[in-house]
Amino acid sequence: MQVFPFIVVAWILAVGLYGVVTSRHLVHQIICLIVVQSSTYVLLLGVGYVTGAVAPYFFDVPNHTPAVDPVVQACALTDVVVEAAVTALLLSFAIQAYKRFGTLDPQELAALKG
Amino acid sequence: MDQLLPLVVVVPLLVAAAVTAFGPLLRSRRRLLDLAAILAAAAVAVMLCVIMVRTTGGDQVYWFGGFRPARGVSIGIDFEVQPISAGLACLAAVLVTAAMTFSWRYFERVATYFQALMLTFLAGIVGFCLTGDLFDLFVWFELMGVSAYALTAYRPEERGPIQGALNFAITNSVGAYLSLSGIALIYGQTGALNMAQIGVAVAKHPADRLVVVAFLLVIAGLLIKSAIVPFHFWLADAHAVAPTPVCVLFSGVMVELGLYGIARVYWSVFGQALGHRAAISHVFLALGLLTAVTGAVFCFRERHIKRMLAFSTISHAGMFLIGIALLTPLGLAGAAVYVIGHGLVKAALFLCTGIVLHRLGSVNEPWLHGRGRPLRVTGVVFTLAGLGLADLPPFATFLGKGWIEASAGPWLIPVLIVCSSLAGGAVLRVAGGVFYGLGDRPTEDPQMAREAAEETSETAGGKNRTPLTMIVPPAILVVAAIVIGVIGQLGHFVQAAAVRFEDEAGYDATVLHGAHITHPVALSAAGPTAVTATDVLAGLGSVLGALIMAGLALYWRRLPLLRAYRPSASLAASARRFQSGVVNDYITWVVIGLACLGGVFAFVVRLAGSAPPASDLTPRASRISHASPLLPAPSHNVVTTTRL
Amino acid sequence: MTPRQRRWIFLVAGAGLVAFYLWGLLGLPGFGRYPGPYGPAILRVVVAQTNATGVVSAINFDYRGFDTVGEEFILFVAAAGVATVLRRLRGERDRPAVDEAADRDVPDTSSAVRMVALLSVGPVVLAGWWLASHAQTNPSGGFQGGVMLATAFVLIYLSGEFLVFKRFSPVDLTDVVEAVGAAGFAAIGVSAVAMGLPYLKNYLPLGQVPGAVSSSGTIALISFFVGIEVAAAFILIVGELLDQTLLIRRYSSGRGG
Repeated sequence: MQVFPFIVVAWILAVGLYGVVTSRHLVHQIICLIVVQSSTYVLLLGVGYVTGAVAPYFFDVPNHTPAVDPVVQACALTDVVVEAAVTALLLSFAIQAYKRFGTLDPQELAALKG
Repeated sequence: MDQLLPLVVVVPLLVAAAVTAFGPLLRSRRRLLDLAAILAAAAVAVMLCVIMVRTTGGDQVYWFGGFRPARGVSIGIDFEVQPISAGLACLAAVLVTAAMTFSWRYFERVATYFQALMLTFLAGIVGFCLTGDLFDLFVWFELMGVSAYALTAYRPEERGPIQGALNFAITNSVGAYLSLSGIALIYGQTGALNMAQIGVAVAKHPADRLVVVAFLLVIAGLLIKSAIVPFHFWLADAHAVAPTPVCVLFSGVMVELGLYGIARVYWSVFGQALGHRAAISHVFLALGLLTAVTGAVFCFRERHIKRMLAFSTISHAGMFLIGIALLTPLGLAGAAVYVIGHGLVKAALFLCTGIVLHRLGSVNEPWLHGRGRPLRVTGVVFTLAGLGLADLPPFATFLGKGWIEASAGPWLIPVLIVCSSLAGGAVLRVAGGVFYGLGDRPTEDPQMAREAAEETSETAGGKNRTPLTMIVPPAILVVAAIVIGVIGQLGHFVQAAAVRFEDEAGYDATVLHGAHITHPVALSAAGPTAVTATDVLAGLGSVLGALIMAGLALYWRRLPLLRAYRPSASLAASARRFQSGVVNDYITWVVIGLACLGGVFAFVVRLAGSAPPASDLTPRASRISHASPLLPAPSHNVVTTTRL
Repeated sequence: MTPRQRRWIFLVAGAGLVAFYLWGLLGLPGFGRYPGPYGPAILRVVVAQTNATGVVSAINFDYRGFDTVGEEFILFVAAAGVATVLRRLRGERDRPAVDEAADRDVPDTSSAVRMVALLSVGPVVLAGWWLASHAQTNPSGGFQGGVMLATAFVLIYLSGEFLVFKRFSPVDLTDVVEAVGAAGFAAIGVSAVAMGLPYLKNYLPLGQVPGAVSSSGTIALISFFVGIEVAAAFILIVGELLDQTLLIRRYSSGRGG
């Protein structure tokens, strides 16, 4: 199936966005943001795959064995760290929101704030 | 290769880390760290000026790690610096210096993190402006974003900052992830991350559906960052609650960076492949007009000074987008100068608001009526800046707007006059009411009073005098805006820079083959940049309009016509419904906006059918040797391959 | 918008956006048919140029090292932001530090959990260190190793010894270590500039055997700095989050909520 991984990418994005938009709980919303980001991982790793090739590590295979694209893997690694950083920051906001507002519902946050 | 280029990004990062590392040790000598941070930002500004001057003779390209491209394939990351990029980064550095100087006495308690966060914010901005690699663009975009989220939530004692920061962070993160999806998509087809290389590869498949989708996704994050309607809702929330020095940067640079990114991605990567320049220009023009008008209208009805300035930023972002969307060198030059003028003037306005907050403890306009009379110098600076915002000649804003109108044609003039009048009128209304006590005392809106009351905990004591470090930066910024407007050669210089910015073939040759282009090909004729009578009339017209609007707002009770009419009530209700403060709504609007734009692009580029005009199909690589018939001066490109 | 309206509007608009996205995705070359040229261009030269057999780390720390500098500082900023937002504020005070929150209904830590957690700390530290020092060889690297090192500290907390965790990871020290890690990476690049080379040029000796621990020049050194930065950042973040529950409490006359 040559397009199946990409259909999965679109599905994950859709599910994540749906979760963010219909969420009633801040932590759930932040996790759905992670899901949205995960669609980009699948996309990155999916476009770099080469059928029949090995992982791009040459300590146990000869030097010029055909390998999958290493650049997207490096990009995905960067993205994981970026996402972890953003999530940590957002979760700390959520903790403070709970302390200040007493609720984690985005709609009630807006109402209480005025 | 110019070794200043990596230093401009690395110096603020290193100083930020140093300030954090030495923070616990030097707790009693906090001022030392403050000073180190301000000096670092000032040094970056100076370095960027030098770089900007050096790039007037030709683009500067810097390959990190020494990995140069071979046969048109690049394996490393590059910086590709043009005068417009360096100029925008320089503006950012100047504003960061001004904001940090202002905060010398502004905050009650400053943890060391404030300077570190401002410096990393600056580093992200500079990296974003200078880079020539699409994934690198995303990384600096995220650094800028994460620093901004942390700075918005800087006073978590109050309720507002946390909620504003959450809305800001979630909306912009969704945008960033969509941009990343676009980058991955275009990588899948072209196997390249370098902008020039992608441009060359993509130009071989004009109007490919993947190119259209990738373009929309990549600019999705940038559109959200630049607060274009309907992606703009987060901006007012963030501005209302972020500390005032931080708002300076948001309005002065961050929003404009989104627009710079759109222009850069269009001209350096996707422009040739998308074709259909007229149709795409119209789409962005429509977006810009919608944003300009919406922002201006909402700006005028706001009574919370910082939110009002935020909506004015949205309106001006629309006007900048109009300038860029014209796709001509003159339009781009106009937008560039308008950005600089607006950045300086808006920063001065925010800093003056900070002074008001410091001395009087509120940003609620009705409450402040007449109380600003003791702040004489601040009043003068604020009023001057307000006039600059209304495009009074000879401010740089007037110059930029004039060029945009000259490039677009006479139909744009009334629209821009109306928008400038509303935005400038709101600021002049504040100036007149707060600092001079003009007009009748307005009734107070209880909700806004509550919002404004939350602002008090930002500032430190000592409220009888305005410290010098707080009043000097805005004064200098306003003077700079005037000075830039009167530089004679500015028009020629900026338009030449804009022509270089739009020269796709030259960009590719410079990056991938080490060429040194001195006379780039213009896609359309260079326009006249002398100040014409029409420009002056238009500028004076918008100032007059602003004064009229301000006067109406201040004295409307005395006019029998308006006494029975409550103009702001119905507008207020509808505004509240849209600007709900619920981030789920904002994301829904983002999805609606992207779906509509996607449909329009798909229709225009793929399904509209007619072949693009012949000149669009000239392959990028061969443009170098064509003598362009459009430039007035004889111009064959002088291409010398020099070792960089 | 009411939640109901929002859901329906989103379903319509979202379907449009996803359809548009799929329309573009279907224009890709097909799964498994990556066309290059970036990947093959690097694979051709990487072992010869850097003596590293871990190509992904070579890309992260050498070819595209500048991206990684930015990403390091994103993590740095996030940790600073968490510390800013969750610091002890006016109106709050530290309560006497306890290992477990008194107002939560938590079962006592069983001895089995305590023992296993404490016994695992040593091996986890060792594993993290091994990962961080083998970036140039196999799929390990600074990030992976750093996160494992951070989890070793979290294991101490999980074994019920929050106070020990706090003693081993004071905020000031982790701040400094994190800053040193981030600055160290950027400074390695600057040292190249000081020598007249392009920023982040790999100028240290490349070693004899590809993929050996002491090979590949600056890649191994950068991986070390990244490891300590990531470890410090995550310890800081987890520590701040735990402080909120176990250490900091508002005055009872708090402001609403």
